[in-house]
Amino acid sequence: MKKLRILSLPYISWVCMFTIVPLLIVIFFAITTPSGEFTILNISNVGRYFSVIVKSILLASIATFISLIISYPFSYIISRVGGKTGKIAMMIIMLPMWMNFLLRTCAWMTILEKNGLLNKLLVYLNFSPVNIINTKIAVVIGMIYNYLPFMVLPLVSVMKKIEPSVIEAAQDLGSSGFSIFTKIIIPLTTPGVVSGVTMVFVPAVSTFIISRMLGGGGNLLIGDLIDMQFLGNSYNPHLGAAISLVLMVLILLCMSVMNQFECEDMEGKLV
Amino acid sequence: MIIKRSCLIILSLLILDLHCFAQATAASDSQVGMHRKYINVYNWGEFMSNGSDGLLNVNLEFEKATGIHVNYSTFSSNEEMYAKLKSSNVVYDVIFPSDYMISKMISEKFLAKLNFENIPNFKNIFANFKNLEYDPQNLYSVPYLWGVVGIVYNKNLVQKPVKWFDALWDKDLAKNILMFMNSRDSFGIAQKKLGVSFNTKSKADILNAAEELRKQKKLVQAYVMDEIFDKMQSEEAAIAPYYSGDALVMMKNNPNLDFVIPLNGTNRFVDAACVPANSEKKGWAELYINFLCDPKIALNNALYSGYSTPNELAYTMLPERIKNNKVAYPEQDVLSKTECYVYNSKEINELIDSLWIDIMIADEDNNVWVMPAFIVVCMIALISTNVIRSRLKKVNSKI
Repeated sequence: MKKLRILSLPYISWVCMFTIVPLLIVIFFAITTPSGEFTILNISNVGRYFSVIVKSILLASIATFISLIISYPFSYIISRVGGKTGKIAMMIIMLPMWMNFLLRTCAWMTILEKNGLLNKLLVYLNFSPVNIINTKIAVVIGMIYNYLPFMVLPLVSVMKKIEPSVIEAAQDLGSSGFSIFTKIIIPLTTPGVVSGVTMVFVPAVSTFIISRMLGGGGNLLIGDLIDMQFLGNSYNPHLGAAISLVLMVLILLCMSVMNQFECEDMEGKLV
Repeated sequence: MIIKRSCLIILSLLILDLHCFAQATAASDSQVGMHRKYINVYNWGEFMSNGSDGLLNVNLEFEKATGIHVNYSTFSSNEEMYAKLKSSNVVYDVIFPSDYMISKMISEKFLAKLNFENIPNFKNIFANFKNLEYDPQNLYSVPYLWGVVGIVYNKNLVQKPVKWFDALWDKDLAKNILMFMNSRDSFGIAQKKLGVSFNTKSKADILNAAEELRKQKKLVQAYVMDEIFDKMQSEEAAIAPYYSGDALVMMKNNPNLDFVIPLNGTNRFVDAACVPANSEKKGWAELYINFLCDPKIALNNALYSGYSTPNELAYTMLPERIKNNKVAYPEQDVLSKTECYVYNSKEINELIDSLWIDIMIADEDNNVWVMPAFIVVCMIALISTNVIRSRLKKVNSKI
């Protein structure tokens, strides 16, 4: 036990230095004025940006939902195929992640632009070109593309653990395909869904570069607002910290709801 | 674990900065051992000749001449530089802020007064680049390079002649207009359109400018900064405001592009060399600034960056085609209409910024059904989770 404690020291100090201390700095900035006095004005000023917060949550939830819809059947197929094909399929999903995040988003700019690849293709096929770049749709597409692997990975890992014998037993007992899906597969994969949803939703809601590059600046999200406070003309880290704090609380709230859901399911599974 | 992860993502901005500071300190510390004499220089990216294209490597030449090593690092915006100077423990000896940032730093006592006896080459600077608005007695800064903001447009896509900033409000060019993603620059353009000074102190003027920008938002394709360069070159947009130095490069790459300096008068930006008040090597810093005012060095920097030099002797040494270029060196009557940014009072700055954020977050194409649909979806999700939960409980109790 003592040995374990010594071994964990580097990790504890790491967490202190890079998680707890910065967190305390954010809280400190959020409740002080530039001269260091206590104030709650920073946090009350965040209320002005309520519409942006709602928009960020809305776009992030749409992106999360679509990612879930896309990855669920896909992960199921991968987990059932197994072997070499499964490995190759996983590799293809992971391949874009080896490239830089900015580069991937930049590539979408070239695809969706007015004279971009997509529109050139549409014109070639005699369709009318579409205007996607600099709209919310482009932002959502960027989010889905960038965070889809985070949804697929946990789903595949839980789905691989479902024993085929469980499904066979249900079939033997006369279960229809639909009830196998709702009564066995969904409950067994819920933990994967929960962690996938959080891993997509959290970075999507706080992103700033996707909305900047694909949203054309006119579709500000909460992350852009924070960025503007730190590196923009106004330079107001106190307001920026307050917005971050509010965002963190909101995300924590969302996640605690999700986690509760997961715990209940775990109990159901254990009994 | 996921909670921590999310916090980390949100905090990455802060942490990233901390990392940068740590690296910068480490770099300068390691240099101490190698070179006993060194100065830290903090400049714009791509703003000093580095020895490519047959030009001189300015920092190396300085080291050869004086034996003082230059630790050179770069920034990409005034705000970035200011934030770093304010929160980092690295001491820079020479920095190159722009006009309005200089006046802000002077008012905050961030800059050291220069001893011009150590900078004899200051006499090479054009008389009309001395004592500018941001540093009226010219005590703190030595102009380094300058340029103007103008309008870049595509001759094939814009039919009407472009002469005024009003062209950026042309309804025929809807969704083909790019605009600066920066409150100061965008408000400046709107103010000039209305015939008001960039440095106006009247709130009414600023509110009027905000109204103009609000009207313009429907026509704007995207709010960007450096992306203007690529988007104009690839003909993604038809018209955009941009800086003269880069415009020359763009016109060379895409002959369909042209650059005009609007008749409304425009912004002349000057990036000047300054010494922060906390520098302990002011003497060496002044030596370096003096070196930069040397005609040959100034010529190399002007040729490398593409921006215009305020150095009279360097100007006379320029090739004829650049000297006579009306974009790089506009005529005196055009130049006399230009204006530098001066740092706004805190009050005005906050007003501009909050108005800018309001414009940016306003949703023109907001569908009335978005919010109700969102709430309905949330409620469905809530109900369905509850239903599933109670069902699961029932199953459990049966077992």
